[in-house]
Amino acid sequence: MAGILITNARLLDPASGLDAPGALLIRDGLIADCGAGLTAPEGAAVVDAAGACLAPGLIDLRANLGEPGAEHRETIASAAQAAAAGGITTICVLPDTDPALDDPALISFITRRGEATGSVALLPYGAATSGCAGKELAEYGLLREAGAIAFTDGVRAIASARTMRLALSYARAFGAFIMQHPEEPSLASGGAATEGELATRLGLPGITPAAEAMMVARDIALARITGGHVHFAHVSTAAALDLIRTAKSEGLAVTCDTAPPYFDLNETAIGDYRTYAKLSPPLRTEADRQAVVAALADGTIDAIASDHQPRDADDKRLPFAQAEAGGAGLATLLGVTLARVHAGDVPMLTALGLLTARPATLLDLPQGRLAKGAPADLVLFHPDRGWKVEAGKLPGKAQNSPFDGRALEGRVLGTWKAGRRVFGG
Amino acid sequence: MSYPRKHLLAIEGLEPPHIADLLDLAESYALLNRSGKTQRDLLKGRTLINLFFEDSTRTRTSFELAGKRLGADVINMSVSTSSVNKGETLLDTASTLNAMHCDLLVVRHGQSGAPSLLSQKVDAAVINAGDGTHEHPTQALLDALTIRRHKGRLEGLVVAICGDIAHSRVARSNMHLLTTMGSRVRVVGPPTLIPAEAARLGVEVFHDMKAGLAGADVVMMLRLQRERMSGGLVPSAREFFRFYGLDAEKLAHAKPESIVMHPGPMNRGVEIDSAIADHPTRSVIGEQVEMGVACRMAVLDVLSRQLPRNR
Repeated sequence: MAGILITNARLLDPASGLDAPGALLIRDGLIADCGAGLTAPEGAAVVDAAGACLAPGLIDLRANLGEPGAEHRETIASAAQAAAAGGITTICVLPDTDPALDDPALISFITRRGEATGSVALLPYGAATSGCAGKELAEYGLLREAGAIAFTDGVRAIASARTMRLALSYARAFGAFIMQHPEEPSLASGGAATEGELATRLGLPGITPAAEAMMVARDIALARITGGHVHFAHVSTAAALDLIRTAKSEGLAVTCDTAPPYFDLNETAIGDYRTYAKLSPPLRTEADRQAVVAALADGTIDAIASDHQPRDADDKRLPFAQAEAGGAGLATLLGVTLARVHAGDVPMLTALGLLTARPATLLDLPQGRLAKGAPADLVLFHPDRGWKVEAGKLPGKAQNSPFDGRALEGRVLGTWKAGRRVFGG
Repeated sequence: MSYPRKHLLAIEGLEPPHIADLLDLAESYALLNRSGKTQRDLLKGRTLINLFFEDSTRTRTSFELAGKRLGADVINMSVSTSSVNKGETLLDTASTLNAMHCDLLVVRHGQSGAPSLLSQKVDAAVINAGDGTHEHPTQALLDALTIRRHKGRLEGLVVAICGDIAHSRVARSNMHLLTTMGSRVRVVGPPTLIPAEAARLGVEVFHDMKAGLAGADVVMMLRLQRERMSGGLVPSAREFFRFYGLDAEKLAHAKPESIVMHPGPMNRGVEIDSAIADHPTRSVIGEQVEMGVACRMAVLDVLSRQLPRNR
């Protein structure tokens, strides 16, 4: 095969720090070469990027895809469309499905379903506990052999300190981290919004933001005594980020991610009971949003995940406290992240690194970099081209975007998975 | 008349002239009601539906009477709250109501924001008759009218709202209305029953009843739901009554001419002593009910002015 040469691109590779004009040659599903002065080999197809940005395909560290068990909300096929349109070529799939991914056969099922899409690799997490029920540990060894990347109970916090201790300890044998939904359940139960003035005015049951820091503090202590690696999902408060920053400086195996709503929106987005902005954890105060932005810039946060949680109209068209939490995030992951770049809060390569090289390092994946021999998973995007997020018109099935109505700058023009163009063109 | 909106969903956001005009109009309806006259042509041909997802005798009857006195066709709909899909019922009901050409829709619902959601789906003017722990705007209007009739004004008065502030929509609407009108509002209760950041709503917070009542012109008691005790927010009814129940001893700290209010229904011996509830000069609880009808007439009147003439 002669390959494809993408020319006239702004090459962006967070792993090497490359930000320069050049071209990239794809051959046999891999990156054959990239840099300045490349010419098309005989017979190669040429794609003129016209100056647009070419970066590694995005690695989404956390998404729920509806399958198995909630196919009315999203399917792997519909999520794959949304991912391709969003420049995502790898999705780490949460296991709190129905049934939960606590059996090796289910892990292979998800992996195979990903391969069948031809456009996105699906890397499943294994359940941290059987049925994600928080009691007995799942079979980490067997799940890992089947392809589980790490272990978590998804949006269910591992509530028992003893269970978490055992999980962190046992997972060490298989070189995997435990991802925690950091929220003390006894303080969060029944809550619908962040506790504070706004929740009081709206008459909504509140969740104190301390519920997050408290769980983070507990699990850092458990990581210290077990030597295990704890990863905190969708961190959203200044207090929790401070604890994580300190733990990292101590050299503990502590990592974390956040999701676009927590650095782009604050609690006022729930406004007049807007259920599309009901998330778990709930949107926070402006001070916490700013702390998340600062933690993106200073490296405390290791990845930006879409935190895709598909919900259908029946889940959301309810009084606020009864509506389901969760937002669609695949199609907007890049655009909302770039908004922080445009605002001058985070440099371009730092922002892209949180979507590519850093999650790749966390999971020891070969993708996520523009390097000879790496998989040709690529995204081509125009950093300034504007578009408007409109629920109802997003790619994929899930339309419950908390960013509905938001104008974004940064549009995906093309996505390649293993050298094959799966979006645009 | 300056009321600017299609619906009455909340007190929060209303400006002093809107509230003053509504109270003036309600005052005139109070006089009309006492004279025994009616104004049955005002809402003639209009349909008012009382849609109650929670049990309420007092508020529903009050709206029913208000509608009938203005000549509306009044229909009461009670929707069982035991139904599993409460929310689904809510929006299904909205399309049913549109088909019935309802003009004025009075809604009570156990969930904060339910009337707001409904108002986005129905053609009728929606009146919030109490939603979850959010607001109960007509209760705040009737409380304000009652206070104004006794004290001649709202501005500068010290009003102590006592008891379960956290779960009270009555307290929220009253805090918004009274602070907007220049009263000095205090909320009094144990810390477990005071909502987060209450002071940000422009009120003073007290955990000691005597200090909270000191020099008060108005003492407004709230109903304590029994489930607050099972939920562990308050250890027992007797402990609550000892420290936060209104009795003669505690009331003695308020001004001698202060009035006592309660939105009902009362838990005698839990939040209020019977001798106070039935006090001939201090208690204005009966008058609150009377002003309720007048205020609801004023609200129906004002909202009906913005309805299309014929449908």
